[in-house]
Amino acid sequence: MRTLFSRNRLVNLRNFPFFTAISYLVYFILYVPLVLVIIYSFNQNRTAQIWTRFSTRWYTDVFTNTDVVRSLKNSLIVGSAATVLSTLLAIAGALGLLRMGRKGSTFALGLLGAPLIIPEIVSAVGTLGFFLFVGIPLGHFGLILAHTAFCVPFAMLPIRARLVALDRSSFEAAADLGANEWKIFTWITLPLLAPGIMAGALLAFAISLDDFITSFFIAGPGSTTLPVYIFGMIRSNVTPAINALSTLLLLVSGLTLILSYALSTRTQDRK
Amino acid sequence: MTLDLSLPTAHDDSEAPGKTSKWLAVAPMAFLSMTVAIPLIIIFVYSFLARPELGAGVVWKFDPTHYVKIFIQDRLDGTRSFDTRYLKVIWNSFYYSGITTVATLVLAIPIAMWIATRDPRRRVLLVFLVTLPFWTSILIRTYAITQLLDEKGVLGKIVSFLGYKGHFQILYTPTATVLGLIYTFLPFMILPIYASAERFDFRYAEAGYDLGARKMTVLFRIVLPQISPGIMAGVALVFIPGLGSFLQPDMLGGGKTNMIANVVANNYGQARNWPFGSALSVLLCVITLVATLLLSVAARKRKAKRV
Amino acid sequence: MKFFTRKVGVAIALAAVASLGLVACSSSSSTTTASSSTAFPTPKGGELNLYNWTNYIDPAQLKAFTAETGIKVNLDTFDSNETLLAKLQAGATGYDVIVPSDYMVAQMVTLGLLEKVDVAGFPNGKNIDPNFLNVYWDKGRQYTAPYMYGTTGIAVNMKDPVASKITSWKDFFAAAKGTSVDVLKDQTEVVSAALRATGVAAADLCTIDKTKYAAAQKLLDTFKPKVINSDGGIERMVKESSMVRMAWNGSVHRMTVDNKNIKYVFPTEGLNFWADNLAIAKGAKNLDNAKIFINWMLNPKQGAVATNFTGYANAVLGSGPFMDPAIKADPAINTTPENAKLATPTPNCPTAARDLYTEVFTSWTSSQ
Repeated sequence: MRTLFSRNRLVNLRNFPFFTAISYLVYFILYVPLVLVIIYSFNQNRTAQIWTRFSTRWYTDVFTNTDVVRSLKNSLIVGSAATVLSTLLAIAGALGLLRMGRKGSTFALGLLGAPLIIPEIVSAVGTLGFFLFVGIPLGHFGLILAHTAFCVPFAMLPIRARLVALDRSSFEAAADLGANEWKIFTWITLPLLAPGIMAGALLAFAISLDDFITSFFIAGPGSTTLPVYIFGMIRSNVTPAINALSTLLLLVSGLTLILSYALSTRTQDRK
Repeated sequence: MTLDLSLPTAHDDSEAPGKTSKWLAVAPMAFLSMTVAIPLIIIFVYSFLARPELGAGVVWKFDPTHYVKIFIQDRLDGTRSFDTRYLKVIWNSFYYSGITTVATLVLAIPIAMWIATRDPRRRVLLVFLVTLPFWTSILIRTYAITQLLDEKGVLGKIVSFLGYKGHFQILYTPTATVLGLIYTFLPFMILPIYASAERFDFRYAEAGYDLGARKMTVLFRIVLPQISPGIMAGVALVFIPGLGSFLQPDMLGGGKTNMIANVVANNYGQARNWPFGSALSVLLCVITLVATLLLSVAARKRKAKRV
Repeated sequence: MKFFTRKVGVAIALAAVASLGLVACSSSSSTTTASSSTAFPTPKGGELNLYNWTNYIDPAQLKAFTAETGIKVNLDTFDSNETLLAKLQAGATGYDVIVPSDYMVAQMVTLGLLEKVDVAGFPNGKNIDPNFLNVYWDKGRQYTAPYMYGTTGIAVNMKDPVASKITSWKDFFAAAKGTSVDVLKDQTEVVSAALRATGVAAADLCTIDKTKYAAAQKLLDTFKPKVINSDGGIERMVKESSMVRMAWNGSVHRMTVDNKNIKYVFPTEGLNFWADNLAIAKGAKNLDNAKIFINWMLNPKQGAVATNFTGYANAVLGSGPFMDPAIKADPAINTTPENAKLATPTPNCPTAARDLYTEVFTSWTSSQ
């Protein structure tokens, strides 16, 4: 009886007027446009807002569009390469930062975090100028370089968070048992860091796949990425095929996120 | 973000796990020097060069007039005058980003507090639902907004159903741009505030109530100061990227809402004036940097006060 | 992009085209015969990198090309001539065939970005419409083959009392006070229309007389359109979200398919004519395949396939019989000789004039 009372009191105290209503409103706002796109994607009419009848014709359009498939492939190539590279660099960066002095680490953090602060349009045109200046051809290689650069800080965030929270006793125990540095790294540091690395890689991959501005300026022959292609689609003609493609991408990102959530809660449970 | 001061840095060697070397950081630092720092230097150099007679690119000839042209206009009647056009674009960037920051803050504090006070197991789902839109392409989210705001779409129908007789036009106005920015940046404000709110010890609030404080007093005098690190991080995560927004004004503003990034893109595109675009880029960088510094100084001051 | 936004109907009558001012020096026929003796390449498979406007070529047509020649086509797309130019200048060396518009060809030739391959001397070079042979941007078709062409005029909805009375650019700019008007986000089109509306002659559109630009600016100061955008314009007109729009004639054709109230107006002060071209980028890796592709596209049947997909007119002789009758019968573009006389090539201005265009356009967009 007493517990019930105090919990009620607690819940009551924790609630502020309108907060519940505003929260529901925010969830509503967040999803309404996305739901609308999904609904429109099944509209038979060429003008998305004028509903005629249910149809999957726009999905047929998307699946038979070889350009969509090709630009998706480009996005995946660039995204995977940038994820691997940026995650490796981020691991090195996170480990190295731990051993730096205050001044050194401030400088290093500033440099490694720079892509988060610099407006993307500036780095995009700057990269274009840089490639022109050095003679790097526009294409997959350049895209991977640029994507790796802005993925590093994103990949590093969860790795650093994990690293800082690590339990030191395992290292000390290993060192006491005479393990050498490399063994400690591969057998202890890496496995313990794994969830952070996974999270970092996932974040980097998502950021790379989503990138539009940089890719728009530096994509070259045969390397049009999916967002650049979609932008062209929106620019040229608003057909519900965009809605169908968007719905498919929403599905993919939704499933990926659910999967990663499932994975992370699982690892937490095990711990 | 470098602003996120919540991440502790271990400076003490003995604290560091494993035997790693600080030289490991050289690899990413060298890479980012090449791919981030050098392009910035190039932009800076370009902004002092002349433009070629035809087409894009630069000519290697010193020409410092681009910065002057941001503020001084050579008028068509042959006179020179102070130019407010680009100042207006700069003002737009601050104004729209500022409104976005305030609006997301007003929405994010309640929902962050609300989630933080739910059952821990439900919180996971609620946070997940906030993050889901963030993981979908910004291009698609912005496009989705155009579909929502369309005057012949659902919203237009609802508005006319409610009895509005005039011409309903939100899409392709500055309002649409700001709505798009709010929509895009909302999760960036909610998540850091939630992270702070989750750590908030409600015994403080209870103590406040016990001392006879009212809800609003508790909220403003006890809760908000406690979650201020999250608020500061959220403000930084919304306001700073907001300054450099490109897609929302481009797709939702109907070509009439220019922020700095749009003018930069136009000078690298149709107007074909790379040096002028570079000068504006440098300006945008400086503005962003100053905003970042001011915000981190404010964050540090706050922290110092509380400790 | 152009499929929906620039769908032009039938070929403008030959006489009309001749009067467009495209033809440079009528007598100097091509200087081509010399090189045509060198053997034209035969298909040996491999690849071709095509860089085209979004939605501006039929995917089925590319498949047919691959089936016939064994050459695999990789398609990338761009959204403006300036993007194309920026990519080439920024060192995108992998494109073989590109599709620049008239004025852009002229600039690219000056900048040395195109391969000089003597297109007129190709086996199918004889199919190039003589009116498109000696164009100002490529005299004698040394660098490029014609692709699609059309005009930029005014789409009006006849239901609207203000829109239905529009006959000129002057009316167009004034209409924004009475009804909802959209305009292309295109510096050259907007400023040249304003210059025309304030009495500048077509031949004088690259003037560097600042007083003329001041007058155009004064007109634009009073012009507040609903949307300044190049995307989604067809849909807005079809839904009647806007009643007037500056538009490519082909896009208007596309509008009329879904909304019979819409009509294309040739403004009395004149309007811009544009023509896109197939060109080979300098240093193309698959030079032979690029030549084979361009030659293949100059086949009358392929010219018609392109028109049937894009809806725009082509300049390939003999393509008429293969064309979609619905496109030929399009009332929006069934151009009368008087209307065709109004069209002049999109001005290709030197930097001094272009800076004045930029000045006027920037002032106007920032005053919105």
